[in-house]
Amino acid sequence: MPSWSYTYPIAKMLRGIGRKFLRAFRDLVPIIVVIAFFQTVVLRQPLPQVGEVLFGSLLVVVGLMLFVEGLDMGLFPIGEALAEALTRKGSLFWLLVFSFALGFATTIAEPALIAVADEAADVAATGALIPDNAGARADYAMGLRLSVALSVGLAVLLGVLRILKGWPVYVLIIGGYLAVMVMTLFAPDEIIGIAYDSGGVTTSTITVPLVTALGVGLASTIRGRSPLLDGFGLIAFASLLPMIFVMAYGALLH
Amino acid sequence: MNVPLPETAGFLSTLRSTILDVLPILGLILFFQFVILRKPIPQPRRIITGGILVVLGLTFFLMGLEKALFPLGRIMATQLCSAEFIGIAPGETPLWHDYGWIYLFAALTGFATAIAEPALIAVAMKASEVSAGTIPQRGLRLAVATGVAVALVLGTYRIVTGTPLHWYILAGYAIVILQTLFASKSIIALAYDSGGVATSTVTVPIVVALGLGLSQAVPGRSPALDGFGMIALACLFPIIAVLAYAQYRQWLLTFAKSR
Repeated sequence: MPSWSYTYPIAKMLRGIGRKFLRAFRDLVPIIVVIAFFQTVVLRQPLPQVGEVLFGSLLVVVGLMLFVEGLDMGLFPIGEALAEALTRKGSLFWLLVFSFALGFATTIAEPALIAVADEAADVAATGALIPDNAGARADYAMGLRLSVALSVGLAVLLGVLRILKGWPVYVLIIGGYLAVMVMTLFAPDEIIGIAYDSGGVTTSTITVPLVTALGVGLASTIRGRSPLLDGFGLIAFASLLPMIFVMAYGALLH
Repeated sequence: MNVPLPETAGFLSTLRSTILDVLPILGLILFFQFVILRKPIPQPRRIITGGILVVLGLTFFLMGLEKALFPLGRIMATQLCSAEFIGIAPGETPLWHDYGWIYLFAALTGFATAIAEPALIAVAMKASEVSAGTIPQRGLRLAVATGVAVALVLGTYRIVTGTPLHWYILAGYAIVILQTLFASKSIIALAYDSGGVATSTVTVPIVVALGLGLSQAVPGRSPALDGFGMIALACLFPIIAVLAYAQYRQWLLTFAKSR
C-alpha cells in the first residue's frame, strides 16, 4: 500500500468508497447483461432512453452501497442489542410482546402487501366471492391485510418461542407444510393463488435484517443455543403462516 | 395488453414512503428502549447514522429501479409475450414450446434480480458471519438465485399450460421434506429462511409484471386467476436450491476426505 494513503486520509477514504461502489456494482451486472442481451439480440431494438437508464442504474448502485453500509452500522447492531437486553431483563412477556409487535407493525403497512390485497379484492369480486362494490372490496382487502399482519406477528412470536425452548425448526415447518396442504383442500379456488403468494410479499427489505438480527442475537445470548442452528428460521415462519391464515380467511368468508 | 407503467418516481415521494415504512419499526424500538428497558441505546450516534444510511440507500435504490429497470423489464416482458414476437397468427393457439424466449427471460431475470436483492445480501452477510465463513456469501446467494430462476421457468410454464398451482407447490413441499431428512442440521433453518428472503424489493414487482403480462397474452388465461403464484414458487424453490447446495458441499467434503 503506498504511503500517501496514510498521509492523506481523504485519499484512503475515497479508495474505501471506491471498493464498496465496485462491490455494489457487481451485484447489478447480471441485470444489465440480461437487459442488454434481450434488447439487442432477441428483441433487436435499441435501448430506449439510454441516459435515463444509466442514471437509474447509478442510483441503484449508490443505494445498494449505502444500504449495506447502514446494515452493519445500524440495523444489525440495534436488533442484536434489543434481543440481548430483552433476554437480560428476563421477562418472557415483554420479549413475546416485542416479537409479535415487530412482525405485525412491519407487515400491516407493507406496500407490496397492500398492492396484493387490493388485487385479491378485485379477484374475489370477479369470482362473486364478495359483492362487487367498492365498500365490500375495501373491507375484504383490509381483512386480508389484517390476517396477514396477525399471522406474521404470531410467526415471529412462535419463532422466538422456538429459539427459547430449542424446538427443532423442521418439525414446525413440516407441520406448517401439512397444514397448508390440508387448508388447500378446504379453501375456495379463488383464494389459493393469493394465499400462496402472500407468504412471499410479507418479508420486506427492512424487516429481514431486523428479524434476522433478533433471532441471531437471541440464540447467541441464550446458553445452549447455537446462532447458526437456532438463530435463523424466523423468516421461514413469517412466510409460511400467512399462507395458512389467508386460506382460513377465505374459507371462513366462503 | 398494457402493463401499467409507474409515473417517474421522485426523490421526495420515494423518501416519504420509505420513512413511512420505517416509522412503525422506529416507534417500536424507541418504546421498548425507553419505556420497557429504560436504557439508553448503546453507541447511539453510530446506530442513528446507520439507520439514516439504510433509509437513504433504500430510497436511492427504489428510485433507480423505478426510473430505469422496472419500466424496461415490464416493456420487455410484454414484448416477449406478444403474438407478433412469438410468430403466430391471431386466433391460432400457441403451444407451450412457442414460448421458448419467455422461459429463458424468466430464468435469467429471476437469477439477476435475486443477486441484486438487498434482503438476500443482508441474510448472506449474517450467515457467513455466524458460520465463521463456512457458508460463503457468494455460494448462498448463487444458490438462492438459481432457485428463483428455476421457480420462474416453472411459473411461466404453468401459466402457459394452465396447470393448477397447488400441484407444483405440493410437489415442492414433498421435495423439501425429503431433502430435510438428509440435510445437515446446521443448514436447515437458513435454507428455510432463504425462500422468504429471495422475494423482496427487486424480485416481486418484476415477477408480478411477468405473471400478469403473460396471463394476459396467453389465450384462455385470465390475469385475475392465473397471474398469481409466481411469488409462491419463487419463495419455495430457493429452499430446495440451498438444501441441494449444502448437500453438494458436504459431498465434496467427504469426497476430499476419502481421497
